[in-house]
Amino acid sequence: MEDKKAVIAARVAKELKDGDVVNLGIGLPTLVPRYLDPSVSITLQSENGFVGLKAEADSEEDAAYIVNAGGVPAGIESTGAFFNSADSFAIIRGGHVDATVLGSLQVDEKGNIANWIIPGKMVPGMGGAMDLVVGARKVIVAMEHTNKGKHKILRECTLPLTAKGQVNMIVTEMGVMDVTPEGIVLKEYNPEFTVEEIQEATEAKLIIAEDLKEMPV
Amino acid sequence: MAKAKKISKAEAAGLFKDGMTIMIGGFMTNGTAETLVDALVESGVKDLTIICNDAGFQGKGTGKLLDSRQAKKLIASHVGLNKHCGEMYSAGELDLVLTPQGTLAEQVRSGGAGLGGFLTPTGVGTTVAEGKQVIELDGVEYLLERPLKADVALIKGYRVDEAGNIQYRGSTRNFNEMMATAADIVIVEADELVAAGEIGPDFVETPGIYVDYILEGGAQ
Repeated sequence: MEDKKAVIAARVAKELKDGDVVNLGIGLPTLVPRYLDPSVSITLQSENGFVGLKAEADSEEDAAYIVNAGGVPAGIESTGAFFNSADSFAIIRGGHVDATVLGSLQVDEKGNIANWIIPGKMVPGMGGAMDLVVGARKVIVAMEHTNKGKHKILRECTLPLTAKGQVNMIVTEMGVMDVTPEGIVLKEYNPEFTVEEIQEATEAKLIIAEDLKEMPV
Repeated sequence: MAKAKKISKAEAAGLFKDGMTIMIGGFMTNGTAETLVDALVESGVKDLTIICNDAGFQGKGTGKLLDSRQAKKLIASHVGLNKHCGEMYSAGELDLVLTPQGTLAEQVRSGGAGLGGFLTPTGVGTTVAEGKQVIELDGVEYLLERPLKADVALIKGYRVDEAGNIQYRGSTRNFNEMMATAADIVIVEADELVAAGEIGPDFVETPGIYVDYILEGGAQ
């Protein structure tokens, strides 16, 4: 499991470019920065009102005044800036965030994403997720390919949507997929799996890229 | 607009009435005016509509008003960290309106800015769009979202001067800055109260003209 997360986070890290403004969802996406190439420096946006998010607070006093989007004490880079929540989401919806990386319950071949509610079971609320997937220039879903064998990459999402047609890329422990108007294109595969095995773990029909490559693991 | 007036916690409690709509600043209680929330609990008023980013935690922030069952309705973006909120909602004891965080922030901003609403692409094609007007402009679909206003806003300031000017610190600015513009009665709880003019016009984030009452709260 830890290995799977590392494979996914390391591959997502290669999608980020020097200077990108990035918003990371909770869980697996927060591992991405540790796999960045040393030549790549990104700025993390925190939906609760700042850019320049750092994992650690610089002082105990700071920790009382700065939290990350999970409500946990955090820090800010010296080049960062605080703003209010309306400005934070103006940054998000206004296309000023280059990429968002987030987990999901389901994704489908139309780029729909469902990751905020399981009716009858879990009612946490969407928080900033709906704005993020609509506003970020690139939406990268980073998740395990299946939920203990149950399909997550579907022809059509069955759970209530977070957003319609917003996902650009899916990175799992099995491969890297682009969401295109024609459907989901498998661009890279983890050589531990065959393309047939990846298709079996995917409900949507995969389009195999002509220049299919091995995923770096 | 009257000048900002210093009040005690008991005087703050006396400002609340049954059935009020109350905005509470903060994000997962970071930047929530806890002493003012305590005053609201002690007032014992009921049937409140609370507008807050989240449900706080049990015993903290907006969570206190769920524990005390004073909240009848909650408008928030995320309630997952307060198990009690989910339980009350499932039991039919709380009217819960879940709103995307960016939409909620802009609704409050619009309320304070005198706008009739705004168009956002967020929520199109989701359950959030139910009952809302969809407007297509230049080939893009938007939801028409309406503004939010309140009777009272509970604001947390880092430094507040005696003229009511507020400076925030760190990520505590969050919803406080918009909420201070969108309520009939605005009460700010100050970590530190300083002399009028001491913050300085370049560093004031919420102008004192929005603020009605100041409670000297101290840092938490």
